Amino acid sequence: MEQEMVLKNEKSLSSSLKQILSKLTPSIKKDGIIKSLKNTGITLLSILLFIGLWQMGSKALYNKEADYRVEKALQERGEEAAAAERACIESGDSSCQPNTLPSPSQVWASLKSLVADHQVIRADKAAFAEKMAVTNEKMISQGKDPIVYTGRASFVDIVLTSIKTVFAGFLLAMFIAVPIGIIIGLSPSLRSAFNWFIQIFKPVSPVVWYLLVFMIVKTLYIGDSSDNAFVISFISVGLCAMWATLVNTAMGVASVDKDYINVAKILKLGTFQKVFKVILPSSLPLIFTGLRITLSVAWMVLIAIELLAQSQGLGLFVWEEFQNGANDSNSKIIVAMFVIGIIGFLLDRLMLAVQNMVSFNKNEMA
Amino acid sequence: MAYLELNNIYKTYGEGDSSTEVLSNINLTMDEGEFVAIVGFTGSGKTTLVNLINGLLQPTSGEVLFKGVPVTDTSHERGVIFQNYSLLPWLTVGQNIYMAVKEAFPKERKKDLMKRVKEYVAMVSLSPAINKRPKELSGGMRQRVAVARALAMNPEMIIMDEPLGALDALTRGNLQDEILNIWSQDKRTALLITNDVDEGIYMADRIIPLKPGPNATLGPEFKIDIERPRDKTAMNDNPEYKKTRNSIIEYLMDIGDERKTVSDVEYKLPELTPKSFVA
Repeated sequence: MEQEMVLKNEKSLSSSLKQILSKLTPSIKKDGIIKSLKNTGITLLSILLFIGLWQMGSKALYNKEADYRVEKALQERGEEAAAAERACIESGDSSCQPNTLPSPSQVWASLKSLVADHQVIRADKAAFAEKMAVTNEKMISQGKDPIVYTGRASFVDIVLTSIKTVFAGFLLAMFIAVPIGIIIGLSPSLRSAFNWFIQIFKPVSPVVWYLLVFMIVKTLYIGDSSDNAFVISFISVGLCAMWATLVNTAMGVASVDKDYINVAKILKLGTFQKVFKVILPSSLPLIFTGLRITLSVAWMVLIAIELLAQSQGLGLFVWEEFQNGANDSNSKIIVAMFVIGIIGFLLDRLMLAVQNMVSFNKNEMA
Repeated sequence: MAYLELNNIYKTYGEGDSSTEVLSNINLTMDEGEFVAIVGFTGSGKTTLVNLINGLLQPTSGEVLFKGVPVTDTSHERGVIFQNYSLLPWLTVGQNIYMAVKEAFPKERKKDLMKRVKEYVAMVSLSPAINKRPKELSGGMRQRVAVARALAMNPEMIIMDEPLGALDALTRGNLQDEILNIWSQDKRTALLITNDVDEGIYMADRIIPLKPGPNATLGPEFKIDIERPRDKTAMNDNPEYKKTRNSIIEYLMDIGDERKTVSDVEYKLPELTPKSFVA
């Protein structure tokens, strides 16, 4: 009897232990880990597949161009030249490499060389600053401008310039589009007055925006020798990208739930209170959707605009590498492409996080 | 002078040929401290009537007099409990009510306002949920927040537009009692719009049916002479209750039939025979 009791107790003890254990590591969590592991595995697999396809594709293109070169040498200069050409290509000499889609390993090598280059330039800059420290101090004390480093920009500097341009453009777009969107949304007559304007200017291409901004800024900067490429590019980026925010804000403000407006009326809120306490909060999710689109559009048009404006960013980098036509130019372009893509992705995640933070119906957001 | 007076109210939506007259010739007087219920079918223009009284809408012709003064705008003297709660989803329970009391008592200090908010949240027994957002609450809890918001403004008159329509029978019964409690404490004037005859009889002094729209108008009133506080279970055996209930329902059925015979549109039904999946 007693033994039975002890057994029972032990049983209940073990079962309660099990319960505690299961509470500590709930099965959902376990499933979650397995699921996330599975997802990571699938992602990794797809990346490997992508790199494999890329490798195969670039190899095929490389062979095609190599064969063409050998064939051409054979036809134009005879068998000996063809053999020399083939030997040259196979030796990996940079003077006769086919210039086509680079392979993943070439791109990786380029990335490493760009980073190394950045370190060299950084050291150079530091050395320059050290050398100039005394002179600059003197110049500042004399009321003159200090001498700044004017050497080549490194890849990291270029990326930073691009990010700066996008953010400046994004802020400009936000400060123009959100207030105007609110005003348009509040007044149906203003909405119809502005409608033609929005419809006409929304589809205008980034290139044309750049030209328009260039016309205006050039005149404003007349007689000023300072570099206005940054100003031109961020204004163009902002103007290009602001339309999504403008339209979404106006729509959000115009389509506030009638119940909320009735509440505002019953509480007898003043106009200011009504706008800031009822209309704006209820349209915030749509405004942020607009801002998210604006940021991704800004990043997308940035390349074209930097290229045109000769602003020291990724756009110009890509174009200069293409014009350069050096051996590793193509792989540098691909590096820039990945950097652009990854930063664009990160910016989008950032905006999504902010959007989820301000939205009051979290379940309805993707 | 009556407390609330509706004189020959007509309300038309739209203009010209496409206009529909929702309410026709509505006349109603209410005394101070009275609890009146208006019972009607869905779509009979009940919400329009409520919005005319609370000042959200203006009648096409006729006038609404509140304490002898025509109603042209909303007023803090008339609190409204909406059919669909109408809580602001980005504010918590406390913030929703705070917003209302701040407008109703602009001169009071923040501390006093907060005290008032807490008091009314406690009254609808939602103190533990004061920092929750409407999304996290059940339908009944949300409606209680709406009740607390309307009452915290300390209105002289409470206008309720099917406040309990979306709730289950049990929650509905509890909230009915809560509203009656609050009403009887300081005898405010109350107007209840409902589609539930039992709810009307249980809560109101008078029941007035609203004939279904378009051209909805008020029917004859039924006085409820059952002593308060009323007991739901005891009421079922009360002959007065049975009589009133039967006559109201009979009246509503009659006008319902009338409405059916008025419509002469014939619907042609497709010839369908159900298919048997058994064989």
